Amino acid sequence: MNNVHYLAADAGTRRGITMGLFAIFIAITLYITMRASRQNKTAADFYAADRSFSPLQNGLAIGGDYMSAASFLGIAGLIALYGYDGFLYSIGFLVAWLVALLLVAELMRNSGRFTMADVLAFRMRQRPVRTAAGISTITVSIFYLIAQMVGAGTLVALLLGIGKGQSLFGLSQGAAKNWTIVLVGALMIFYVTVGGMRGTTYVQIVKAGLLVFGAVVMTIVVLWKFNFDISSLLGQAAGRSGKGEAFLNPGLKYGAGDWVTKVDLISLGMALVLGTAGLPHILIRFYTVPTSRDARRSVNWAIGFIGGFYLMTLALGFGAAALVGSSAIRAQNKGGNTAAPQLAEQLGGGPGTMGGAFFLAFIASVAFATILAVVAGLTLASSSSVAHDLYANALHHGEVGERDEVRVARVSAFVIGAIAIVLSIFAQNLNVAFLVALAFAVAASGNLPTILYSLFWRRFNTQGATWAIYGGLITAVVLVAFSPVVSGSPTSMISDKDFSWFPLENPGIISIPAGFFFGWLGTMLSREKNDAKYAELEVRSLTGAGAH
Amino acid sequence: MTSDTRAGPTKPNDLSQVSPANAAYVAMAADPRFAELRRRYRGFAFPMTAAFLAWYLLYVVLSAYARDFMSTKIVGNINVALLLGLLQFVSTFTIAWVYERHSRTKLDPLAAELRREIR
Repeated sequence: MNNVHYLAADAGTRRGITMGLFAIFIAITLYITMRASRQNKTAADFYAADRSFSPLQNGLAIGGDYMSAASFLGIAGLIALYGYDGFLYSIGFLVAWLVALLLVAELMRNSGRFTMADVLAFRMRQRPVRTAAGISTITVSIFYLIAQMVGAGTLVALLLGIGKGQSLFGLSQGAAKNWTIVLVGALMIFYVTVGGMRGTTYVQIVKAGLLVFGAVVMTIVVLWKFNFDISSLLGQAAGRSGKGEAFLNPGLKYGAGDWVTKVDLISLGMALVLGTAGLPHILIRFYTVPTSRDARRSVNWAIGFIGGFYLMTLALGFGAAALVGSSAIRAQNKGGNTAAPQLAEQLGGGPGTMGGAFFLAFIASVAFATILAVVAGLTLASSSSVAHDLYANALHHGEVGERDEVRVARVSAFVIGAIAIVLSIFAQNLNVAFLVALAFAVAASGNLPTILYSLFWRRFNTQGATWAIYGGLITAVVLVAFSPVVSGSPTSMISDKDFSWFPLENPGIISIPAGFFFGWLGTMLSREKNDAKYAELEVRSLTGAGAH
Repeated sequence: MTSDTRAGPTKPNDLSQVSPANAAYVAMAADPRFAELRRRYRGFAFPMTAAFLAWYLLYVVLSAYARDFMSTKIVGNINVALLLGLLQFVSTFTIAWVYERHSRTKLDPLAAELRREIR
């Protein structure tokens, strides 16, 4: 593989601009994090920014938390290589927000304080439920973190044009990837420990603004090049894809052949749609606004941003296929992750031009900002859960001072960040892209059933909650461990061994019903029942009385 | 675990302990106006959730099993698959907007009234 190809024209200049823009973004975020830290005094400051954000700010931050590099570069790349099937993938990520809007956001905001477990443990015995919810939160966040950080290493090496056998400041490609992972890890630890929820939120708002700005500019230029005639854009994209007509039809990526791939597609769709409303780093964002009405409006803003953004990736993906060509994209990165930066270079004037170099560098730094904002959100969610659920409530029955709890949250952010760095360096050369889908599957199978039962089922109890969380979590993880994404195929994480027996790559179609089933079974097999506490939860969640 | 019949733990800070305020919530839960609030909320949210999940599932299943139908061209290079995908965006935006309106007119005022009484 020759990664240098399109960078050769003026690699030095382009690399200089890219690194300069990275540095500017880092400097700005460090500054706002420092400023935000001045207001970090109480636990409510650290976990929930004292609930002081407006719906618009929080809506942007939700978008910043949610639109990972996987969705910006990944979906544009999937569309550029597989046409329609890439678009199909993006829709699940959007529709999912209706679950969060209609069933979760407001009720969660009204009945919880800082973490997902606040709501799950509301009417249960604290220790078992908080322990289970904490384990699930950390598992989901770590899976997601590793996928993002390994992706960051690869991406930055690619964007800075460090190919195999090349070097930058005397660093080989492998070393440059490792140092990128360490840098990203160090920054996220800083944002979270120093800035808490407030600093992290500002980082996400800045990132979301950059992302939307970059996407809008590129979309307008692409459409302008085709005189705003979408049909001719699609036609040229299909023509240059090498796939012809089939590029615009379903089936190039998902379900190309036998029944397995078709069921896999449905299984993936279920995990995407039901997973979002169970992602802990998304759920804690609802606590950063003053009221449930503001939580609802945050989600409405987020739906607007995210939906608008995915519509633009449609133009970017097809635009990249039409203007750059699928073979040039594939030559750069087999997964298509460079489609958006390559399109930017083309729109700026083409390889070798100053405009091309600058636009490419800008989009590259947007991608970098995207990764930083997402990993910071994940680190915050997991460290909050360690401190608030495991340390303060499960271990010490809530008899912990605020300062003590926040100190533990900061230490956990450091420890979790360090663990994520080590695991990511260890996993650097493995194919771990599946971990994002696994995080969604665990969230959909373990967390969502427990959230819905907690909010809407009177009979639900402690044993039901723990069985739902562990049942959904373990089912999803075990099925994936014995699936072709982990072993037995050339693209597996461990490609030279084969211990797979589960045919699907996505466990959702089995593990989501399993989570609901275990929750029901555990409930029915326990006599625990507390109607008065359910009445309280129901009244508080719907009216907002007693909300923090 | 199955034989656990404790209603709740006895630790002071434990959320699941029945608090003095709990009586007010229990009383409110029996209020007909609260039943009306719950009915308005669930009557909207539950059927709507079922509807958009079914609509999304239909779209995914068609993409997997009805490829010929999905590949039918409508205008120029725009086919049924792309159109249905864009309609998923339209329906998502519309449902969010309709829910906002429903909440603002039917849920928020009643919730505020009950909230004030509990305080």
